[in-house]
Amino acid sequence: MTTLAFVLLIIFASLGCIINHRSAVSIRNSGIRLASITLYHGLFSLFLVLIPILILILLWLVLQDPLLELYLLRSVLDEYLAGSSKGETDLVLAEIRSIAGGTIFGQPEGWKLAAGEQLAALQDLFSKLLVFTVSVLALILILIARYKVRSEFRARQNVERIVTWLMIACSVVAIFTTLGIIASLMLETGRFFSLVPITEFLFGLNWEPQIPMREDQVAAEGAFGWIPVFVGTLVITAVALLLSVPVGLMSAIYLNEFANHRVRSISKPVLEILAGVPTIVYGFFAILVVTPAFRRFGDSVGIDVSPNTALAAGGVMGIMLIPFISSFADDALSAVPKSLRDGSLALGATPSETMLKVLFPAAIPGIVGGILLAVSRAIGETMIVVMAAGLIAKLTLNPLDSVTTVTVQIVTLLIGDTSFDNPKTLAAFALGMMLFIVTLIINIFALRIVQKYREIYD
Amino acid sequence: MKTKMDTINLVKRSLPRRNRNQIILKGLGVLAIVFAFLMLIILMSSLITSGYKALTQTHIEFSVYIDPAKIKPERLPRGNFKGVLQDSIFVHHEGELSKSEQKQLAKILSNGAQFELRDSVISDPGLIGQSITLKVPTSDPYDQLNKNLIDRQTEEEFRRLKDNEILWFDSLDQKGLISKPLNWGLILNTDSRFPELAGLRGALIGSFWALLVCFLISFPLGIGAAIYLEEFATKNRFSNFIEVNINNLAAVPSVVFGLLALAVFIGWLGLPRSAPLVGGMTLALMTMPTIIIATRAALKAVPPSIREAALGVGASRQQVVFGHVLPLAMPGILTGTIIGLAQALGETAPLLLIGMNAFITSAPGTPLDTSTALPTQIFIWADSPERGFVSRASAAILVLLTFLITMNALAIFLRNKFERTW
Repeated sequence: MTTLAFVLLIIFASLGCIINHRSAVSIRNSGIRLASITLYHGLFSLFLVLIPILILILLWLVLQDPLLELYLLRSVLDEYLAGSSKGETDLVLAEIRSIAGGTIFGQPEGWKLAAGEQLAALQDLFSKLLVFTVSVLALILILIARYKVRSEFRARQNVERIVTWLMIACSVVAIFTTLGIIASLMLETGRFFSLVPITEFLFGLNWEPQIPMREDQVAAEGAFGWIPVFVGTLVITAVALLLSVPVGLMSAIYLNEFANHRVRSISKPVLEILAGVPTIVYGFFAILVVTPAFRRFGDSVGIDVSPNTALAAGGVMGIMLIPFISSFADDALSAVPKSLRDGSLALGATPSETMLKVLFPAAIPGIVGGILLAVSRAIGETMIVVMAAGLIAKLTLNPLDSVTTVTVQIVTLLIGDTSFDNPKTLAAFALGMMLFIVTLIINIFALRIVQKYREIYD
Repeated sequence: MKTKMDTINLVKRSLPRRNRNQIILKGLGVLAIVFAFLMLIILMSSLITSGYKALTQTHIEFSVYIDPAKIKPERLPRGNFKGVLQDSIFVHHEGELSKSEQKQLAKILSNGAQFELRDSVISDPGLIGQSITLKVPTSDPYDQLNKNLIDRQTEEEFRRLKDNEILWFDSLDQKGLISKPLNWGLILNTDSRFPELAGLRGALIGSFWALLVCFLISFPLGIGAAIYLEEFATKNRFSNFIEVNINNLAAVPSVVFGLLALAVFIGWLGLPRSAPLVGGMTLALMTMPTIIIATRAALKAVPPSIREAALGVGASRQQVVFGHVLPLAMPGILTGTIIGLAQALGETAPLLLIGMNAFITSAPGTPLDTSTALPTQIFIWADSPERGFVSRASAAILVLLTFLITMNALAIFLRNKFERTW
């Protein structure tokens, strides 16, 4: 039925377009000059039909089921569900929904079957109603558009105004996405802090996100202190940077100053391939190759290496970040004015001295900005650590040990079925909030540095 | 005079040291590049060596007598299909077998074999009482044995297959019943609990739906936003704010987009979990900044003379943009879009959060059905304890990388073929 509504919408919109276009053509053919060319009369009708009805259909689809269920709750189910908690109500609703969808598990009570049938009937009725509304509204809009076709009607100006607003709407999506991120994180985090005190989350040294299954369960109180999780993130980030910063900077220096054209033309694509490999592939690489290699090496020299050592996750993340840092450093070095290099070389400095004492210091702000962006990527990187890092939060700085990260915890807390009413799942949103804040601050700071530095030389 | 000589001598004396430093710096640079090369080679070779084994699958081919005593036409789809298979396979075994041995050695057949037999009998009940030739996958341990992944020298108790099982396999192999054809099941089958039957069809279709939704949303929205910001927006607080937003969105961790999708699309809007539609919408939000940035660069690259010429003959500003600038910028926009979609195809974390990592054994028919996607399927297999799934995961990664390389090659081709320099 929904598909039918969309198909009808397209048909009606095209129909309106054709009708208006033809009537405009006939006006023109009768010798009267039109204010706008015929095409715009057609487009005017197209937009007039398409946009309002598209909005209507989307709103209808979003609102229909919640409103119908609300109606059922208020009218039919009221007597059966009196006094039951929200969780139980949700469970019953889910069952009724699946009955309405045609899948019946076991032997539900009669009133549930009846409610399910009623819901299915209502859904059917409302989807028919949707198709009907769409058709009627479309016909009205086509008539309005047709009525507008006059020689003096400025169709182009109207169409262009609509298009401008459409484009503004497209741009505003970015704002709404940011708002959506902030709103969803804030709301769920707020609910989390109503269950767990904010001070415990920010300053607690224990992270054991369990919830008691039964009321009287002993020793299952969860602990929600994010410090060990954050420290784990920092350990892995530090390992990643220790690998990627020197390698990335050195390769950038070499490619920028010493490499001939052929080496550059081979090396750049290789670095780009490294940058384009999906992170899940890096994660798989970590558990398939890197971790066993570290374990074997540890065994041979007699050091105890944990099976989820931070060294493996951080090392692989470092490989991922090499092209990132290298390309930022390369850009920063290339942006240094040629006069500085020429001057240094003319004074008798060797190319390496020119690089280390003139170009590199001049490029430092841009390079630092790039490294900061790499830090924020490392903190927010998910798949490598989900696959290669540990799950248990340990407050340690030893990279041979197993540590966990913010992103690992978010993913493990939310994988599987989730309901939004216990601290375990809400904790993921609190962690997401902290992740968002930390990366946002780093990003803004880094972009500032990069931009400011660009302005100096431009 | 003297001081000049001194300076020259000083420089001459310092030159070897300075040249040495130069060589050291160059050497370090070469080392760094070589390291990056080496890592790429190790990455690719480890994936290929572990993945190519899943490109073939050990099959066993034998004739099955469909015993009317065990499968009755009136009782279909029930029937002792497993017993029928066992009887037919033990024809090839010399010597008596005890009940427990029978049970043990029958495990050479994949668990899916009985369902395959059942389906063919149901579709043609006339087969009952006849003999048909059946070619089915062997179970995973025997597949591993055939690919030399199980070391025959290992002590029996540490081996996945016991001595009698290996002998049984070898005797079948000598009779020519074992073959190792190309593993089309990897692409044509859906996911399964048994590694020898698991395939990527569901994941590929799920990824296709998600990418389609992602493209349908992000492409028009991205182009609209880019045109507005580049061609029409006056520089003011509002357009500046939008730009800051877009730049920041491009750097927000992907897992945060997953949280957004979970809270807004699934929690508030009530869209179904694990659906490619939700996955595609999430990926669209992440791809949009990429497309906007690429489109703006492509629009910028169109020389002002084009705009001025069109304006000069009386076109309106929108006619200039949509009639002249946009078509000329299209190759650049498409290149950026394909690269953005390639990134979206490899994106995993947000899909995990919206539940696209469920165990689903049917391919999605519409974007609203539950489904997995290619990267989440890799994640599921990589997490499975069975050995067979590890090589499947590597093979799936090879499939994913093939898609990515194809898309990027297409983007480069488009750029080289259609991009004009002015």
